[in-house]
Amino acid sequence: MILVWLILIPFIGGLLCWQAERFGEQSPRWIALGTMLLELALVLGVWWHGDYGLNAAQGASDWALEWRADWIPRFGIEVHLALDGLSLIMIALTGLLGVLAVVCSWHEISRRIGFFHLNLLWILGGVVGVFLAIDLFLFFFFWEMMLVPMYFLIALWGHSGSTGNTRIQAATKFFIYTQASGLLMLVAILGLVFAHHAATGEYSFSYEALRHTAQNELSPQMAWWLMLGFFIAFAVKMPVVPLHGWLPDAHAQAPTAGSVDLAGILLKTAAYGMLRFALPLFPEASQAFAPIAMGLGVLGIFYGAILACGQHDLKRLVAYSSISHMGFVLIGIYSSTELALQGVVILMVAHAFSASGLFIISGQLYERLHTRDMRLMGGLWGRIKGLPGIALCFVAASMGLPGTANFVGEFLVLFGSFDAWPWVVVVASGGFVLAAIYSLFIMQRVYFGPAKEETPLGGLDGRETVMMLGLLVLVLWVGLYPGPLLDTSQAAMQNVEHIMTLEETPAMPEETP
Amino acid sequence: MTPLLALSPLILVCATAIVVMLTIAWRRHHDLTATLTVIGLNLALVAQILVWWLAPLDVTPLMRVDGLSIFGGVLILGATLACATLGHAYLEGARGPREEYYLLLLCAAAGGIALVSSRHLASLFFSLELLSMPLYGMLAYTYRERGALEAGVKYMVLSAAASAFLLFGMALLYARTGHLDFAGLGGALASAGGDGWLLAGMGLMIVGLGFKLSIVPFHLWTPDVYEGSPTPAATFLASASKVAVLVVLLRLLQSAPAAQDAWLHSLLAVLAFVTMLGGNLLALMQQDLKRLLGYSSIAHFGYLLVALVINEGLAVETAGIYLVTYVLTTLGAFGVVTLLSSPYGGADASRLHHYRGLFWRRPYLTAVLTVMMLSLAGIPLTAGFIGKFYIVAVGVEASRWWLVGAVVAGSAIGLYYYLRVMVTLFLPEPGMQRRDATTDWAQRAGGVVVLALAALVVLLGVYPAPMIEWVRLMAAT
Repeated sequence: MILVWLILIPFIGGLLCWQAERFGEQSPRWIALGTMLLELALVLGVWWHGDYGLNAAQGASDWALEWRADWIPRFGIEVHLALDGLSLIMIALTGLLGVLAVVCSWHEISRRIGFFHLNLLWILGGVVGVFLAIDLFLFFFFWEMMLVPMYFLIALWGHSGSTGNTRIQAATKFFIYTQASGLLMLVAILGLVFAHHAATGEYSFSYEALRHTAQNELSPQMAWWLMLGFFIAFAVKMPVVPLHGWLPDAHAQAPTAGSVDLAGILLKTAAYGMLRFALPLFPEASQAFAPIAMGLGVLGIFYGAILACGQHDLKRLVAYSSISHMGFVLIGIYSSTELALQGVVILMVAHAFSASGLFIISGQLYERLHTRDMRLMGGLWGRIKGLPGIALCFVAASMGLPGTANFVGEFLVLFGSFDAWPWVVVVASGGFVLAAIYSLFIMQRVYFGPAKEETPLGGLDGRETVMMLGLLVLVLWVGLYPGPLLDTSQAAMQNVEHIMTLEETPAMPEETP
Repeated sequence: MTPLLALSPLILVCATAIVVMLTIAWRRHHDLTATLTVIGLNLALVAQILVWWLAPLDVTPLMRVDGLSIFGGVLILGATLACATLGHAYLEGARGPREEYYLLLLCAAAGGIALVSSRHLASLFFSLELLSMPLYGMLAYTYRERGALEAGVKYMVLSAAASAFLLFGMALLYARTGHLDFAGLGGALASAGGDGWLLAGMGLMIVGLGFKLSIVPFHLWTPDVYEGSPTPAATFLASASKVAVLVVLLRLLQSAPAAQDAWLHSLLAVLAFVTMLGGNLLALMQQDLKRLLGYSSIAHFGYLLVALVINEGLAVETAGIYLVTYVLTTLGAFGVVTLLSSPYGGADASRLHHYRGLFWRRPYLTAVLTVMMLSLAGIPLTAGFIGKFYIVAVGVEASRWWLVGAVVAGSAIGLYYYLRVMVTLFLPEPGMQRRDATTDWAQRAGGVVVLALAALVVLLGVYPAPMIEWVRLMAAT
């Protein structure tokens, strides 16, 4: 039942925020903050009480917590929620970034505050749903549902670019990209369901049942096409390079909280989807696809990094660097060794921290300077108290300096992939050089160099300091002591590796047909 | 006695029409007429549901009361009720006679109910005309508006042309087979094989019915008529009238399986393909919400045609589910336009700029329209998603990948204009004069209907099981 509450709390909180606006400006903010803190506390409670390191990896999924109820009996659709180490980490991340998103928009959002927090919390609710659902219909339901509030967040509270309507265009682009690719996934899901129907005579959207079907009943060609349907949907969201067109615009126009959610969590739903669905459902097709995915990953690393070097808009730069980082994630996922997969988990967490940190910093600079154009900045080191030092730390994290979480993640991904894909790893490592270049560009152009003006700007206030330092502590903590995270995700990742390396079908649990 | 009981919904609607006519002759009173209409329609709706215990039953060689006809009847009566309620709000400010609207509405509803239970070409034709004729009057009801008059005349001329096609097709079929009832026709078609005259006859009938459904090459009237006509009339045209025609087409295709000739079959498939893409593409740049809804309804009937083309497995269930979600959504969307244009005073508030910033003035009305737009776009949490899910499912089940591809592409294109409408609602207000709903809209009957529709759309989107069970029950007989 606690799984249901994890999903419901943000939704209910969102409605409360909307209605609370009539009691004054501050009340929606406090309610939103309270909601997310409650969510975070619940997840941490679940983490504290559960034991995620010892689950036996026998190929079958072992859920630490599970909840199911009938939903649409006609098609055997259930509300089936389950939690393992991977989803736990992702939900904890969602809760944490949710708190950050609320806090960082405390002053930024001044219009329609209630409705803003409704959208913000509903995104988070949808994301938690994505991380918990293991009925494929339910997964798709949340997957599509979370787009709507995100659309509103960008379209209504975004920063208009110079040419009028760009935030609406960015939002529309985001929505159409993700929705259209989502429909491809729906087609793939239905293809799988009808294959199951043809084999067993009954409809089911259950993860276990469909996995069984996918591995036993499908022709390799069919499996390939269905796998592609899933992959494209996840690749758009991740984003993998030829399908990334929506990301820079969406990031550049979104409000800070939107960027934090987008970079921190929404992109992670794609990686999660690959780990949870695309690989385990179609292990053989995925293995056959791995060379292409690796190529796309390497392409993404370089494409993102090179374009990041050429940006003037701070948020666009960070957005392109996200594409680059996601290239590493893709490589890690498709190399499918335990080490690389563990690296993927750490890298996802690390990227969520560092990218959110950088986006929040851009937001704070924007609040003070009213521009994000780096050509108009410069010499800020002496003008803002506190912020430049923190920015330096996050930039260092983004380029993967040892001691930060990103280093651990990238190192594990490359180390784990080296055995099977030495050349990919060698080429991908070149991405670090570019990462160093664009990261140092940020520092050089924004904080050093000649100052445009001499007037000091407002330093960090208490809220901002606590937020940034907290995030920084987490980056360093994961960087220096990643053990707890690794232990938590280990069983789930071993499971994925197990499925990918095993030729035969894993043993089925008793209750599924 | 039983046949009469089985036809009781039709009889009740006709009786209401007569009572309303007499009341108008006795004394003109807007509220009284509307109340009588609503009472009559409610009685008919109850009767329509109770008739279930008599089904399936053949009533004369012309009519058949079965699950399909009850399903169609319930949808039509529900839609008519909504149109009557919305019409009441709309007509309050109208000059000139207001009461005849209800008379026309009742006649058209009677035509619709008769149409969904026809199993004979003769009853098909006369009920189709009974459905269309009052619509000419309804569409041109506010005839002082140039647009409304144009809409009425345009619909009349084109509808008459379509009827001519339909009659010609029927004549060809009769000349070749000697049958007019669907079952006999189906048998004759099956034994005759791919005879050219028969194919021509079926083709011409599809043209005639395709016009009413605004399938793509025959869709040209739709946007103009939707835009110009008074919104409650357009609502009826978009919901009840289309449901009736689609149900009869479904019955025709089902009882004449030989109509699934390979050639006809691919013709229908091509029509579906073109309709889905055409409707969505044409809607992209519209500046008028009613025009946009017109094009979007074209696209939606393209999706529905997919179910008719496949006509096996889940197809009938799909058509039923999709019709339910489509009707609810269309009624809701047009309902909001009606409320904003009520009471009548000049051209309807349907330009997109009328809706700019509506959220900050009428948050709940905007929420309703947003839900409807999301439902039309097929986003989860709304009933439209269940419909879209069924359409994709039926396409995947039959492995019709081209049609599935068109559904996906059409939905992606469709998003663009639905999102455009949605975001307009939330934009900051410009300082320009606009029309607005009355401040107490939510306490009026029209407002209650619209809110209830929104609630229903969300409820069925989250918990569709009852709807699915009902449609399956109806499709089973």
